[in-house]
Amino acid sequence: MSKLILGAYAQRNTDDHPPAYAPGYKTSVLRSPKNALISIAQTLTEVTSPRFSDEHFGSKDNDLILNYAKDGLPIGERIVVHGYVRDQFGRPVKNALLEVWQANASGRYRHPNDQFIGAMDPNFGGCGRMMTDANGYFVFRTIKPGPYPWRNRINEWRPAHIHFSLLADGWAQRLISQFYFEGDPLIDSCPIIKTIPTEDQRRALIAKEDKSNFLEADSRCYRFDITLRGRRATYFENELT
Amino acid sequence: MTHWNFQELSETPSQTGGPYVHIGLLPKQANIEVFEQNFDNQLVQENTAGERIRLEGRVFDGLDLPLRDVLVEIWQADANGVYPSDADVQDKPADANFLGWGRTGADFETGFWSFNTIKPGAVPGRKGSTQAPHIALVIFARGINMGLHTRVYFDDEAEANAKDPVLNSIEWAKRRQTMIAKRIERDGETVYQFDIRIQGDDETVFLDI
Repeated sequence: MSKLILGAYAQRNTDDHPPAYAPGYKTSVLRSPKNALISIAQTLTEVTSPRFSDEHFGSKDNDLILNYAKDGLPIGERIVVHGYVRDQFGRPVKNALLEVWQANASGRYRHPNDQFIGAMDPNFGGCGRMMTDANGYFVFRTIKPGPYPWRNRINEWRPAHIHFSLLADGWAQRLISQFYFEGDPLIDSCPIIKTIPTEDQRRALIAKEDKSNFLEADSRCYRFDITLRGRRATYFENELT
Repeated sequence: MTHWNFQELSETPSQTGGPYVHIGLLPKQANIEVFEQNFDNQLVQENTAGERIRLEGRVFDGLDLPLRDVLVEIWQADANGVYPSDADVQDKPADANFLGWGRTGADFETGFWSFNTIKPGAVPGRKGSTQAPHIALVIFARGINMGLHTRVYFDDEAEANAKDPVLNSIEWAKRRQTMIAKRIERDGETVYQFDIRIQGDDETVFLDI
């Protein structure tokens, strides 16, 4: 059997994503292109991506409970989040860089531009990162973020959420998104979630309570899987180069 | 809806990076010291091969005001046009002292962003063609629902640019110049200036890759 030759990544299905111009999310009005995106045939530029090695990472990089703790533990609900990163054809995505950031239990971010009255937590930073393993599996530990108010309409509130970013095998897979928590009533009224056109895709951003993986007298657990674009194999002409 | 008996998954939908994207991706810019090694905008190491260049610019919204909360990433080949990636199939070794990738945030006051990098070599295009030297660039920010991809070409590569398959696939020829950075010399340093206009007059070409 000869070596598997990979072709291009499957086309991004734009109907599965928010449009750039989404007037209910007001900031998008002046930050969205007027012209249509120009679709190009992929080259080596689009199918390659940087590789990171374990030496880039510290031992607490995926432990948001401890990685900023100074004189004690942060306040809030202890949770573990885990899941698998796969491509659209179901293959595990190995050694992908997954980065996460979030507010603390009050819904307050450790950021110079956040002036919300919700209290800061001196023992919580709010960022972490990890690599997926050979099965595409990732796990991190954190404090469940609180919802927070923001100025879109004046009484807008984000549901509890964790931001995440993925750098995997191809530049075409580059993805930033946010996930939410099962049962949060704010999910149904969030204008940022509502930029996503279909109910199935909105549901794909909700982490599920994973009861059998709760740790007794310690932490609850959420399961969240991520899907990236996948590459087709080439059995006839290879036009990539 | 009828389903075939195989299951293809849908890509996880994109959401905006939001105004606090720095916390996770550039914690030092948010004054957070958590990681020993932070990713940054310095792609040049001591032994990296190639011509040192600085790439800089601003990103403007539909009112021509600079985004001061934008996050910018670049991905590029080494000086010989080889990507330091497992997926590069050129059978030439990539520069071992080059990651090819960097990340930065615009200044919170002025909106200026920059990278210190090397000028990339030409990379093969499809079906035996050759692409002009270029850097892939993506921006994420509050108000941007999905990362916006573009490419940076160089104005001192006019001949190669004229033959570049991607530039030539842009039917509106006058829009091609929005992807070409301008070379200047400043204090003995080579600088390429690349402003990005998200919306309106001279809107930058954004790509669906």
